[in-house]
Amino acid sequence: MNRIAQTFAVLQSNRKKALIPFITAGDPGPANTVELMHCLVEAGSDIIELGVPFSDPMADGPTIQRSSERALKHQVGINSVLNMISEFRKTNSQTPVVLMGYANPIEAMGHEYFAARAKEAGVDGVLTVDYPPEECEEWVRCLEQHGMDAIFLLSPTSAQSRVARVAELAKGYIYYVSLKGVTGASHLDLEDVESRLAQLRTAVSIPIGVGFGIRDGAMAGAVAKLADAVVVGSRIIEEIELSPQNELLNNVRNLVAGMRKAIDEQGD
Amino acid sequence: MNIYDLPDKRGHFGPYGGVFVAETLISALDKLREQYDSYRNDAEFKREFENELKHYVGRPSPIYHAKRWSEHLGGAQILLKREDLNHTGAHKVNNTVGQALLARRMGKKRVIAETGAGQHGVATATVAARYGMQCVVYMGAEDVRRQATNVYRMKLLGAEVIPVESGSRTLKDALNEAMRDWVTHVENTFYIIGTVAGPHPYPMMVRDFQTVIGAEAKLQMQETYGRQPDVLIACVGGGSNAIGLFYPYINDESVRMIGVEAAGKGLDTNEHAATLSKGKPGVLHGNRTYLIQDDNGQIIETHSISAGLDYPGVGPEHAWLKDIHRAEYVGITDDEALEAFHALCRFEGIMPALESSHALAYAAKFAPTLSKDQLILVNLSGRGDKDMATVAQMSGITL
Ligand SMILES: Cc1ncc(COP(=O)(O)O)c(C=O)c1O
Repeated sequence: MNRIAQTFAVLQSNRKKALIPFITAGDPGPANTVELMHCLVEAGSDIIELGVPFSDPMADGPTIQRSSERALKHQVGINSVLNMISEFRKTNSQTPVVLMGYANPIEAMGHEYFAARAKEAGVDGVLTVDYPPEECEEWVRCLEQHGMDAIFLLSPTSAQSRVARVAELAKGYIYYVSLKGVTGASHLDLEDVESRLAQLRTAVSIPIGVGFGIRDGAMAGAVAKLADAVVVGSRIIEEIELSPQNELLNNVRNLVAGMRKAIDEQGD
Repeated sequence: MNIYDLPDKRGHFGPYGGVFVAETLISALDKLREQYDSYRNDAEFKREFENELKHYVGRPSPIYHAKRWSEHLGGAQILLKREDLNHTGAHKVNNTVGQALLARRMGKKRVIAETGAGQHGVATATVAARYGMQCVVYMGAEDVRRQATNVYRMKLLGAEVIPVESGSRTLKDALNEAMRDWVTHVENTFYIIGTVAGPHPYPMMVRDFQTVIGAEAKLQMQETYGRQPDVLIACVGGGSNAIGLFYPYINDESVRMIGVEAAGKGLDTNEHAATLSKGKPGVLHGNRTYLIQDDNGQIIETHSISAGLDYPGVGPEHAWLKDIHRAEYVGITDDEALEAFHALCRFEGIMPALESSHALAYAAKFAPTLSKDQLILVNLSGRGDKDMATVAQMSGITL
């Protein structure tokens, strides 16, 4: 069993839900990433989604765009992201790390070479935002051969036929984007999420995480009632953006620990 | 050669094109594709499109023999396909009329567009006014500053212009932002892309609407000259005016096709926008194509004197035509384009757009290598009034 499956198995047996934070590698600076990853784990995160900076993050809202720009100012490319993960793995061999990014930096490195290096660095899954299933069969095979999970998105507008198709290819967990629009938007509709998740579960047998628009403990707790995992991105990045260097880790730790608590309390 | 029949069902031109977008956009693109498929061969839709092109745009655009300039250059005869005479002064409007008619049939009341120089934004604002639609144009903050007159033109036409502050604050970022708007407002919004880029069906759809250029040219050439040209030349930014002229000629291999990219300060410098000559294949803005990028796969800022060619990607069909050697792609520098701009003003009394001046400059280089009875057809994609401030500035004159 790989680290992602292992993590969900343990959570399930403890009747707990996963907390999956997203940060962009290299934001605010390259020196912060590994310590932020450890800090996320200490605050109760189960899986870390690490964004690979890209010059044209078409599916992201302003908050994540800015984080990508900050990282790129420091020339953080895919090579340095993999180095950060190797560094993280020196003292953490348990927490799954999922890379999230756009196709072009990966293609520039080459699928095979990237996959081999990512595996070696300790990556567990890869979500390539702009590779829909139709365009990435070869890529999914490549990840599989290297023992990594291909993570996919589903959205409120995904037709049921697509859900089935994504369910066939997806490994690890499915990331259900709870809103129309880009990352960072607000107004998540819980009733809507609930009925969609019920539909998704008829086709999907792996865990389903819900993200986009989760901004506080209350929302995280409410989503945890419905989904297997809660994904939080823009809200954490805002905290990173607004925190002075000497308070960065503390602020992020408090924010994430608060969400952890709210998620755990929903089960009680 | 087999009859050329691309793209395939999923929008591929060989390895290029396709649909590379996040799941959130897939259903909007599926709907667009379905709707476009059903209207594409619909007689009523075609009749309406042709009627608009005739009475609103002012088509057909003539083919004009640039006799004095040809004589001066001392080689092949240079003919100009006069897209500069269209309403709004460029070929862009052929496409915006087509997409706006489709938007109307799909019941969309709001249209959005990206623009670089503002030409496509103006063409979109124009048709939005014509059909009574709300119009929002995304434009890089840097371009808003450089193209103040076109910004005002769009506002006069009733459009809202939103400056984009992200990334390099130019055309590519405007396209990102328009996509984000579209994902968020798909129910009531139609995204009118300005060139043969973006995810399928855009490269095919924009090509189809622009194909009127080449289709007319074929008829006009036969009528006036009794034969087809030896060479076609067009500038390539995203590639819509070029593919519009080339497409009807693709199966006619006796006609050479040359696309001219912006070589900026030179192909051996870092300041150009010559994607096909200097780029590498990759994925951007929903399709696979050649891109100007660094070793990490980040897209790099481009440079051209002409804002309409200043784009780090290129339409996927051009990428394929290059790879199969059906079309050739060359570069023309800022200085060469400027020289051609002045030449056409002086020899023919026609002020070309700086984009089109790149095609003209290559024609001027190429014509002397051919004989006097050979014919070069250049796509004069737009008029140059919009570029007067830039040209004056380059000549050290303040207006
Ligand atoms: C007059 C003119 N020609 C050419 C272009 C380049 O676009 P494309 O390559 O799509 O024809 C533009 C773009 O703004 C333009 O305004």
